[in-house]
Amino acid sequence: MTQHIISLSRREVLRYGGATLALLAVGPMFSTTAEASPKEAKAKLAQLTGDVDIIKGRIHITLPRLSHDGTRVRIMIKTDSPMTPDDYVRAIHILGERNTVPEIASFQFTPQSGKAEIITRIRLAKSQTIIAAAEMSDGSVYMAKARCNIARGAGGCG
Amino acid sequence: MNPLTPRIKMPSQARLDEIITIKTKVRHPMETGWRKDGDGNAVPRNRINWFICRFEGVEVFSSTFHSGVSADPYLVFYNKVSGAGTYTFEWHVDDNSVLIASVPMEINNI
Repeated sequence: MTQHIISLSRREVLRYGGATLALLAVGPMFSTTAEASPKEAKAKLAQLTGDVDIIKGRIHITLPRLSHDGTRVRIMIKTDSPMTPDDYVRAIHILGERNTVPEIASFQFTPQSGKAEIITRIRLAKSQTIIAAAEMSDGSVYMAKARCNIARGAGGCG
Repeated sequence: MNPLTPRIKMPSQARLDEIITIKTKVRHPMETGWRKDGDGNAVPRNRINWFICRFEGVEVFSSTFHSGVSADPYLVFYNKVSGAGTYTFEWHVDDNSVLIASVPMEINNI
């Protein structure tokens, strides 16, 4: 992270305070571009999964209800699947309805994965709803939603 | 030490068909390209866009990262051990560089 040298005037340092300096280095990720909309996220999800009906269930999101720092929010995703060669989760997609770019990450599994479960850390520009979708080996798609309130977003203003 | 050295936490021995937990973390800023430095210049985009885990050369897990993944990507996933061999991990960066790590796995059926 040392390659990003940030120079601030004395006035700016006073304004932001020393404690937030570290955050500034990674903070304003989304500040210069507009946010996506839930409609865009839905369209992107349809693009990723293909033209199928998306059913609620079989996938579970664990996300904090409130996070003070949107730059790294821990997310855990679990699925109900036996993970056998006949019935397994092919992929999981995570999307954020109000991030600059709705897609956050996609994960590809094989029956050898044992369980289709992941833990990672994501950036959230502001308080928003997260969508997780699981593509099953038979082509069906399941989804779940979870909301996370952000006190200080990855964009600098929650 | 290379600041981009990946860190992997996983067992080196397991029973056959045991589901093991693999925890990975790599130091990387995951620059989105939207941020500006103190002088108002855009910081160029520099992200890890793809991660893949192979066992004995066969893909077992992969992941596509977009700008919504935090700096220093941390990822926990699972794998069913199918035998003794080597797990290799690759993180592909936007500038076409690749960070590689590998961990050997032994079978212990006690």
